[in-house]
Amino acid sequence: MDFSVVDSPAIWITLKLALFTTAILLLLATPLAWWLATTHSRAKTAVSALVAMPLVLPPSVLGFYLLVMMGPAGLVGQLTQTLGLGLLPFTFSGLVVASVIYSLPFSVQPIEAAFEQLGNRPLEVAATLRASPLDRFFTIALPMARPGLLTAMVLTFAHTVGEFGVVLMLGGNIEGETRVLSVAIYDHVEALEYDKAHLLSAGLIAFSFTTLLLLQQLNKKRKWQPV
Amino acid sequence: MSGIEFDFQLPREDFKLQVSATLPDRGITALFGASGSGKTTLLRCIAGLERAPGGKLVVNGEIWQQGRTFLATHQRPIGYVFQEASLFAHLGVQRNLEYGWRRIPRPQRNIEFEEVIRLLGLETLLGRFPHQLSGGQRQRVAIARALLTSPALLLMDEPLSALDLDSKQEILPYLERLHDESRVPILYVSHSPDEVVRLADHLVLMEHGKIVAQGEINQLLTRSDLSLSRLDEASAVLKCRVAAHDPDYHVSYVAIDNSGLKQKLLVPFKDLPTDHPVRVRILARDVSLALQMQSQTSISNILPARVVEVFPSNTPFQVIVKLDIGGQFILSKITKRSAALLHIEKDKLVYAQVKSVALMR
Repeated sequence: MDFSVVDSPAIWITLKLALFTTAILLLLATPLAWWLATTHSRAKTAVSALVAMPLVLPPSVLGFYLLVMMGPAGLVGQLTQTLGLGLLPFTFSGLVVASVIYSLPFSVQPIEAAFEQLGNRPLEVAATLRASPLDRFFTIALPMARPGLLTAMVLTFAHTVGEFGVVLMLGGNIEGETRVLSVAIYDHVEALEYDKAHLLSAGLIAFSFTTLLLLQQLNKKRKWQPV
Repeated sequence: MSGIEFDFQLPREDFKLQVSATLPDRGITALFGASGSGKTTLLRCIAGLERAPGGKLVVNGEIWQQGRTFLATHQRPIGYVFQEASLFAHLGVQRNLEYGWRRIPRPQRNIEFEEVIRLLGLETLLGRFPHQLSGGQRQRVAIARALLTSPALLLMDEPLSALDLDSKQEILPYLERLHDESRVPILYVSHSPDEVVRLADHLVLMEHGKIVAQGEINQLLTRSDLSLSRLDEASAVLKCRVAAHDPDYHVSYVAIDNSGLKQKLLVPFKDLPTDHPVRVRILARDVSLALQMQSQTSISNILPARVVEVFPSNTPFQVIVKLDIGGQFILSKITKRSAALLHIEKDKLVYAQVKSVALMR
């Protein structure tokens, strides 16, 4: 079918973007969430608020400032140019950076909640069983927070797939480079190609439903229950 | 230098922990007191879970805390049993048990895995997950898990208090077996006189963050200046050894330790070899006094004794008489009237008629 040829790069880029974002955020958000859940630092409230900002800001505002910052005159832009990386706006890398920031709360908050719910006791117990702090983190905190980690991954992935405003501000609409699904759907609607818009939208709905179903299954599969 | 020597000061919300003592490095030492007396805080300081600045802790000559030295919890050779079930919910029983075991280098292990399994009767539970266990079973796994780290010191924070009566009865024999078969010194926090009487060799009495008194259990339970001797359930614990059995009457005889008089008590039959150590509890209200040996009586246990002290009880019409029965003490709660009629006074020789004797183990 002709539209699949046109849209398949968009599907591929969307998936790639979501995968990259989820993977990077898992590595970034887990230590950050751990810090937020365990620290007594006064900086905690400020950091928490900062992490939550993307939840309340219009995507266009976020996208606008990211564009400015990553642009030739911006701080980040100058840095990337000095490092020989060129400029990030209107590139796939730029989209990844923007997505990571935009989806940060969706991965930090579930993981933080899971760590907080875990409480201090299991970690104290592990300490009395000779586990060092790092050992405790990997053998107790992470496995017990698994449901939170899964939720964070799914939310981040889904949120990135559905991203629109930030992408449009920062990535434009370059086919094969930065055009993602949501933008492609928008284009189809603009061009009154409703059948194509339908196909992509329905596909997204089916995809989202399947993902959530899989998550439920994964969480049900665990052999243990909290006691 | 043997023993557990500590000196801690730590302000808390409702009290200030202010303790300094040296505790024995063998047997079970009970930290006894009402809730809020600082028992658990003291235990947590010893475990390194709580940090008392400027504190000092030396265990069998090894400095765990002093000046700038502070061993983190995971660097201290302790086992810790928490009040409530503390098993890792995401690991099966076997993996829970192995968690500490695997972190002990082989040469430092001084107990066999299978031996601990047997000691706590866990053979059939290894394949289960914590949520599939009863409260008592969980606590048994937790005790085994702590033992498997080959601790130099076992800390137990009211391990039975979260359990129902049945589970308590289920675990107590295991704790007694632990006491008999393992050489690890145990610090046992409790607010239950029954547990203390059953388990402790040594007693530390705590009130409002301070240590009021400490000493050998028989001595402390019978001290006139402590509240223990004024409880309704005031009692004495005697260390004894099995002396003989009389299967015809289904009874056993136990000899009271250190008794120059070679005194024996008749107890319900207990299938233990001769010379096996046992402990016997005698409630103050079960002991009456006579000036002459009564022969025509149904009371089997009548012991010659010397009056050490007579002091007020918790009721206005009764007094407590502290008696020496050859090195160990028992208490007798009698009416003031009887005490006056019999002229009970210090150093008087009397016969203690013991109506009921409970063999603890």
